[in-house]
Amino acid sequence: MSRIHVECKINGDDAEFLCDADESLLDALRDEVGLTGAKEGCGTGDCGACSIIMNGNLICACLAFAPEAQGGVIETVEGMADEEQLHPLQTAFLEHAALQCGICTPGFLIASKSLLERNPDPTETEVRYAIAGNLCRCTGYDKIVRAVLVAAQEMKQNPMKG
Amino acid sequence: MSVVAEDKKVKQSYKHVGTRPVRHDGLEKINGKARFAADIIKPRMIHGHVLRSPHAHAKILSIDTTEAEAMPGVKAVVTASDFPLPKKDEGFPHRPKNLIARDKVRYEGQTVAAVAATTRRQAREAAAKIIVNYEELPAVMTIDEAMAEDAPLVHEDLITKGIDPKEAKPSNIAESNFYECGDIDVGFKEADFIFEHEFSTEAFHQGYIEPHACLADTGKDGRSEIWCSSQGHFMVRSATANMLGWETSKIKVIPAEIGGGFGGKTTIYLEPLAVKLSQKADRPVKMVMTRDEVFRATGPTPGTKIHVKIGVKNNGEITAGKAWLAYESGAFPGSWAKLGKWCVFACYNIPNIQIEALEVLVNKPVNIAYRAPSAPMAAFATETVLDQIAKKIKMDPIEIRLLNAVEEGDYNHSEMVGTFQRIGLKETLEAIRNHPNYKIPLGPNQGRGIATGFWFNIAESSSATVNLTEDGKAVVITGSPDIGGSRASMALMAAEELGIDAKLIQPLVGDTEAVGFTDVTEGSRATFATGLAVVKACQKLVVQLKERASIMWECSVDDIDWVDGSAVHKEGKEPSLSLAEITAKAKKTGGPLNATGSLEAKGQGPGFSTQMCDLEVDPETGRVTILRYTTAQDAGTAIHPSYVEGQMQGGVAQGIGWALNEEYIHNKNGMMENPGFLDYRIPVASDMPMIETIIVEVPNPKHPYGVRGVGEVGIVPPLPAVANAIHDAVGIRLRDAPMSPVRVLAALNQENGTNG
Amino acid sequence: MIKVFLGSNLKSFTNGSEVLEIEATSVRSLIKELNRQYPGIEDALESGFALAIDGEVIANPGYEKLKETSEVRFLSPMQGG
Repeated sequence: MSRIHVECKINGDDAEFLCDADESLLDALRDEVGLTGAKEGCGTGDCGACSIIMNGNLICACLAFAPEAQGGVIETVEGMADEEQLHPLQTAFLEHAALQCGICTPGFLIASKSLLERNPDPTETEVRYAIAGNLCRCTGYDKIVRAVLVAAQEMKQNPMKG
Repeated sequence: MSVVAEDKKVKQSYKHVGTRPVRHDGLEKINGKARFAADIIKPRMIHGHVLRSPHAHAKILSIDTTEAEAMPGVKAVVTASDFPLPKKDEGFPHRPKNLIARDKVRYEGQTVAAVAATTRRQAREAAAKIIVNYEELPAVMTIDEAMAEDAPLVHEDLITKGIDPKEAKPSNIAESNFYECGDIDVGFKEADFIFEHEFSTEAFHQGYIEPHACLADTGKDGRSEIWCSSQGHFMVRSATANMLGWETSKIKVIPAEIGGGFGGKTTIYLEPLAVKLSQKADRPVKMVMTRDEVFRATGPTPGTKIHVKIGVKNNGEITAGKAWLAYESGAFPGSWAKLGKWCVFACYNIPNIQIEALEVLVNKPVNIAYRAPSAPMAAFATETVLDQIAKKIKMDPIEIRLLNAVEEGDYNHSEMVGTFQRIGLKETLEAIRNHPNYKIPLGPNQGRGIATGFWFNIAESSSATVNLTEDGKAVVITGSPDIGGSRASMALMAAEELGIDAKLIQPLVGDTEAVGFTDVTEGSRATFATGLAVVKACQKLVVQLKERASIMWECSVDDIDWVDGSAVHKEGKEPSLSLAEITAKAKKTGGPLNATGSLEAKGQGPGFSTQMCDLEVDPETGRVTILRYTTAQDAGTAIHPSYVEGQMQGGVAQGIGWALNEEYIHNKNGMMENPGFLDYRIPVASDMPMIETIIVEVPNPKHPYGVRGVGEVGIVPPLPAVANAIHDAVGIRLRDAPMSPVRVLAALNQENGTNG
Repeated sequence: MIKVFLGSNLKSFTNGSEVLEIEATSVRSLIKELNRQYPGIEDALESGFALAIDGEVIANPGYEKLKETSEVRFLSPMQGG
């Protein structure tokens, strides 16, 4: 079976890769493009460790087929910081100890980024429901939620450029 | 958010310990660059896939790999014949028999063979072509089934250990453990009230988000290099070498970042398979488990059946405690019953005790440690019965615990501590009682539950190397995989000893050839024992630094103090020399400044946690919503308070999962029906409230910084705290975990009899 | 004389006695003397044991010295999670 050639934009850069027709986008990102930030925790869309943003939508990359990325725009955790500084969410996660083992962290960062793009001033409950699709086994979510709320306030006061 | 209560007798002020710097490995964890085992690649790498048993119990009549070996892309196949049983065991004689099935498969999912091929797909398709002839056998899936007369035997020749004279017939009871003190009959005679009940818990999985993964590269020189996700790479080395029959020194293990362990990664599953496949294929072999495999074929915590009987006087004083505990161990025996025996009454001074604890074999995956293993189930029983007693004699649940709580000087009947040194159990009870949450009024169908937990913590061996750089920084290399932020704690202790800022410390986890032997990160030992090794190494460095200063000042070492990271002349004859100034001149004063520290640690303090759960029960659906959760834990000294809080909160969340939703569900053929996160339901962010943490600091007198292990005990109280809160809310006593909506509804709808 | 608490797993070697008085100056000599009086006990301990010496738990005992009035309890090997 010959492989499919996909061209898309990843984290603002032009990208291309080869993939099988039934290969997941997660596997393509990790194995073909070399972006290993998104993780496979379950392969069935239940844990959110593979969260990415594709064409503006928060998705589980394990549930998308790699060829679906053709012509699309993909954002992963590797592209969250800009040249000069970390994303406020990244800074907040560090400063508020919102990670322990760190395996779920890329997924939470992307999911929170997606939330704050849609709802820049969420309540605690809104944050909890927005990230309910991301599993964390280490933290009990307390510090993650606090970090997202802090980052939301920071972003309201100091909007990121671009 | 968290209040740190200080021991009035011992107040220490530290400059670095107790602060909250950003962790040193944080940047790579938030930018996607941290490399976990599944992220590691090597040139010409191929992929391994495991063929697993579809049966819970079956004889293996034959295995034919011919067709598989001829499949496209296949480079190697292994079966049990590639792993002859080792002559010597390395403390876990069952491991080589569990890691690949030999004469029989003893649980669904057990490894039968493995294939390495160029792609994962090719390896999967080839594994499907391995022909295995099974003769199915009846399986035992519960304690009752396993203990029944004439039950099918998981091991045909296993005679129960610990019974004298020996049993005549083999059975599924691997071991019987007994403990007794005082006179149990006298104890119950002295009681004014006696309560006894039976409890059960299902098997629960650690649920680490990162599946097991490793990459092995075996060379033609008979050496192999393994990257893996593990809580202990030295253990991976010795266990893998043992199973292969190799010298330990032929294997080098490099710890990747680990995506959660909680005890489930204190053993090996894939590594010997990967090493052997790599050897046969002459290519690096990567193996990553799927989530399905993690649930079916790794090591959840045992299901249990526990019967507790407690007698008290009118004033709440406990006179007698009797417990019968049965712990599953899975298909091979473990020590889970023994641990339950050690923990069931550990929090209280009970003069008359009798405990019988049985280790029971079942056709399920072999159980392995899960955060304070065996203690939560035992606490579920004891703490619920104590709550019943408190309600009966109309005593406040904290007061009855304070009355009976162990303290310094008491002998610990759990056998794991000996005589208690200074401990903080009472302080955690008082911290909850004094917290404003204790007084928040509750509405309809809302309830409050209190429970207390114990974990003994272990110490074991650790090594550390500390190297000072030319520009005044310290590289601290230890052998403890970082599962919760321990690198930050190592840096803080080194900073405190050397007197320099934690930002100038670079904490690393070294591989098995780069740092001295270090036992597994488990038993809440890393900050305690590896911290001691770091302290030892830094203390040696301070001696060296003072010697160098004495050379530079041409004076006696006795004239020099080390203060806040500088050599200070006692009589002020010289301006002080900073660590960086000394290291800059190291070449001129004797060469590089490095030191190691290693020890078999002792003197670890036990951990105690008291927790308060406020919840609401929906009487229509049986759904339980946690409203507020408060936990007070004695941490000794919180080296990095944010990560101590993190450990406390993580343990609580896991315990809540056990209490409300999680369980292994097997069908009548012994197949697991919910091997995925959709139906094995762990708590999500919308299930949980903020978790209020109170770090109680009662310093451990046996550690220079007063450290007590904190990682585990947090998971012990939630089961009974939730159960007690449900009773307080709607008057039903649930004694089977999980207390899922189905069970809550059934109890609510019952006419009589679960009130108590 | 060292007061020794054997624990239930070892009493099969001593005809049921769990509490003994043994003359010994170290853990090593204690085990040798126990084995002399109750042959086979040393082999049984090969697979691992822990001790509490005067209330302090020693996870991997071997060569510790004992005082004349020490109290020694045999424990089973430890495990964490």
